[in-house]
Amino acid sequence: MPVNLLNERLALSPSLALRPEPFGALAYHFGTRRLTFLKRPELLEVMRGLDGDRQLSEVLVACQIPSAQWPVYAQTIERLIDSGMVVTAAEVKGDG
Amino acid sequence: MADPRPRGGTLIEEFEVGLDAPICLTWELTYACNLSCAHCLSSSGRRDPRELSTAQCQDVIDTLQAMQVFYVNIGGGEPTIRPDFWHLLNYAVEHQVGVKFSTNGFFITPERAAWLAQTDYVDVQVSLDGATASVNDALRGPGTYAAALSALDNLASAGFRDAKVSVVVTRDNVHQLDDFKRIADDHAATLRLTRLRPSGRGAAVWDDLHPTAAQQHDLYQWLLRAGDNVLTGDSFFHLAAFGDPLPGLNLCGAGRVVCLIDPIGDVYACPFAIHDRFLAGNVLHDGGFATVWRDSDLFRQLRSPQSGGACTSCSAYDACRGGCMAAKFFTGLPLDGPDPECVKGNSESALADPDRNVPVASQDHSRPTNRAKAKQRPAPVRACDESPVSRATFIPLTTVLAGAPAALTGR
Repeated sequence: MPVNLLNERLALSPSLALRPEPFGALAYHFGTRRLTFLKRPELLEVMRGLDGDRQLSEVLVACQIPSAQWPVYAQTIERLIDSGMVVTAAEVKGDG
Repeated sequence: MADPRPRGGTLIEEFEVGLDAPICLTWELTYACNLSCAHCLSSSGRRDPRELSTAQCQDVIDTLQAMQVFYVNIGGGEPTIRPDFWHLLNYAVEHQVGVKFSTNGFFITPERAAWLAQTDYVDVQVSLDGATASVNDALRGPGTYAAALSALDNLASAGFRDAKVSVVVTRDNVHQLDDFKRIADDHAATLRLTRLRPSGRGAAVWDDLHPTAAQQHDLYQWLLRAGDNVLTGDSFFHLAAFGDPLPGLNLCGAGRVVCLIDPIGDVYACPFAIHDRFLAGNVLHDGGFATVWRDSDLFRQLRSPQSGGACTSCSAYDACRGGCMAAKFFTGLPLDGPDPECVKGNSESALADPDRNVPVASQDHSRPTNRAKAKQRPAPVRACDESPVSRATFIPLTTVLAGAPAALTGR
């Protein structure tokens, strides 16, 4: 996990939709047609908190994620970036 | 209103008790079809005068948008026959409901292909049931091979990416799997194989056309080699009883994560179960689709704990979970017993029973010359369980399905 990911300002891909479910949420990417199940309600809150302004660490604090769990959340977000569901704020502003 | 719900279970356990909305659903837009395929799941041919109007279809799409159903599989009949089909397609994608539609290809002209190529969130699935005209046309009718290939040519020429070549695997085409793959590759398309279901007119041809036991094993080996390069809509999870699970979510999602809306707005548990036994309600008369999905007696029953019945003692039960509910129902087998294509041979005696009666069809829109002849039998009453096996790309705290939601339906 890149240490600096916690300092990144992140946002959801414009092609991503989130649907709350009792177990967490469905995340669907309309571009890749990829369906992902978010298996914790807290992860849904973190995803919703990715507003492009706050750093990831600030979002994790706001969502009251215990710091012991930050590594697994960061790893999760990193993989969601790899699959195009989460983007960096710079990408949002840059890709017009 | 909601039933007490176990918390912290696996994803499959969550699916078993149902979701707030389907992950995706199949919507047959019309019973009208220019073809009369021998194995048609919906016994299509003639339009039903009660079919939903354009405004009623838009209301359904609005409901799907509100429920956040991300994706709908549109079929028929031949959906492109509806004069408002292209309008409804646009309406859906403009309302955040992605569309994959199935077509026989007759109306995918170069102009339509060009339009489709520049429209986001639309997938096209062209039906082809033989890699040669002789095999295909025997099942689908004269000229249908040429029409499907022409549609694929038009889509490829227009730059449409990743069309699906959709094949129902039969006794007559199972030896052509490599040829189908080549046809798909030649058109920058993806091959999709699905199981022959004894639903609709398929009931009349299933005995003669479903793959033999030896062919099923060959198919299983072929699918294992193909891996994620070939889509299956999770059709073949009964083959997991051979040993290794196949790619995808091995799951029967009927009434739990998938369902079907038919052309007159009737809601059925799954795309292969157009029968009164699996009718949950109607989008016009029973409070709208969301109410039917959440509160119908049938769907509540399907989401309650199920019994594996005679299959529970089988060593393969954890892999196949007794197979497909619709396949059992339409072959007249008990729903809590083995699948008619049980790879352990556990359904052979039941299939050979001279007293076995397949259920009489509860709708038939075939043209008069094409009606399937079915016999009466009392309806069994229990649904099968789901497979607990799921494969997914690994992301912590998540489960990912590539290619889903299509992976959760057979269409």
